[in-house]
Amino acid sequence: MASTPTREVARRVFAREFNDASYTFKESDDDRAPVYVLLPTGQRANRVFLVGTLTETEDVGEDSEYWQGRVVDPNGDTFFMYAGQYQPDAASMLRELEPPAYVAVVGKPRTYETDEGEVNVSIRPESISKVDEATRDRWVVETAERTLDRVKRYKEADMEDPATDEYISMADEEYDQLSIENYRQSVVGALESLQDEQAEASAD
Amino acid sequence: MTESDLRTHATEIHEQFSDQLEIDVDDVVERLDTLVNDYQVPISEARRSVVNTYLDEAGMDRDQLGGGDGGGNEQVNVADVDAPEEWVDVRATVVELWEPRADAVAQVGLLGDETGTIKFTKWSKSDLPSLEEGKSYALRNVVTDEYQGRFSVKLNRTTTIEELDEAIEVGDDSVEADGALVDIQSGSGLIKRCPEDDCTRVLQNGRCSEHGEVEGEFDLRIKGVLDDGEEVTEVIFDEDATEELTGIALEEAKEMAMDALDTTVVADEMRQKILGRYYRVRGPTFGRYLLADEQERLTGAVDADEILIKARSI
Repeated sequence: MASTPTREVARRVFAREFNDASYTFKESDDDRAPVYVLLPTGQRANRVFLVGTLTETEDVGEDSEYWQGRVVDPNGDTFFMYAGQYQPDAASMLRELEPPAYVAVVGKPRTYETDEGEVNVSIRPESISKVDEATRDRWVVETAERTLDRVKRYKEADMEDPATDEYISMADEEYDQLSIENYRQSVVGALESLQDEQAEASAD
Repeated sequence: MTESDLRTHATEIHEQFSDQLEIDVDDVVERLDTLVNDYQVPISEARRSVVNTYLDEAGMDRDQLGGGDGGGNEQVNVADVDAPEEWVDVRATVVELWEPRADAVAQVGLLGDETGTIKFTKWSKSDLPSLEEGKSYALRNVVTDEYQGRFSVKLNRTTTIEELDEAIEVGDDSVEADGALVDIQSGSGLIKRCPEDDCTRVLQNGRCSEHGEVEGEFDLRIKGVLDDGEEVTEVIFDEDATEELTGIALEEAKEMAMDALDTTVVADEMRQKILGRYYRVRGPTFGRYLLADEQERLTGAVDADEILIKARSI
């Protein structure tokens, strides 16, 4: 229905690619139009869903509580998230959770430019919940599959062709093409580490 | 209209009466020609008129007509109804009869054919015979209707009902969605509904938008969002489904709310139990929602081998 704004899909992406997604844009001039980060494999993301290991929480706020959480994916790459007074549920989860723990996080990508001119990408969580290993494993495989689909689409795209998907062309312009190989490697790495874990578990 | 077009129509009409009347196609052509070309009557109306003449001659009712079309309607599958105010014929089984909520309605329920199900309403003033649950009928001259994106058919005074000997199988129109449960929307958990007859609206601050301040009746519900990374599906879990999903039954939820003097603790507790997990849900759709009939948590081992082989090969 045209009158109902459609909810943004939560993209699946490993931390390495997510942290490289420094380019943001809007689709319209409207102040309230959603902000997207451009994933380097050529897809826009206004929301992400991730499951990983919460390794550290810290209140980095000065005047009021402002919680930082670090969540690590199977490649050892880290997602950073920040929750303050406007994200009370997520902030209280970060306050209460004891790392290490598997957590599922739904949130919005945010970018921040440092004084050195580098762009840091982080997550403003909408919700954080404690989950089990089976949920984490499912997320790893799902994220591998989604990432691989994007890598494949990117590699097969003809950048000279005007009919090429606009976000792939945008990624081609905004990011280093060579980095695509990194994201394929993070798929392989994540799945291999999952298989190692499963092999160890069955050997025990 | 050309002679050959008229002849096509005439042949169809002739076929409908070939068992009952000794008529000749040329005779039908002549009658149509007079109406269409001399009196400038539209062909559909001309056909109606000619058919009526022969019906009178044969002493038949319109719904006894075999072959062709009884009144110029298209016979449709219920899943193909996609516009309001269309006159159609359907062949369907009465899947369910519901309790009519108004005197003006004689019968209301669900019709189904191979393609799915659709709601039907039969007005009292139409004075039609009763439909029975589980029986199959040919319903001619029903009108389609739409309400909030859902289609229905209405039986009316001109509708003819013929019970069929064959049983029309009812297809499954439920859909399946799986993904991570990424959100539980407001209006979930322990809610209160308006107790007035015909009204099940969810109360906002003790008020029904139709009946004002009322003593609400407790219910459990979850409005959730499943997301597979490609698309989102909004799902409604009713009381039973919510209990199955969260392990929290209505009585327990009421006690939780009583202890905390706050109903929102129930939704909070539910969030902790189900948010961020993967589920597969099946059920019919209602507007933009999927109504959960069956659900399962996806916990089984996932196979990484196939994707790994693919990832290594590109």
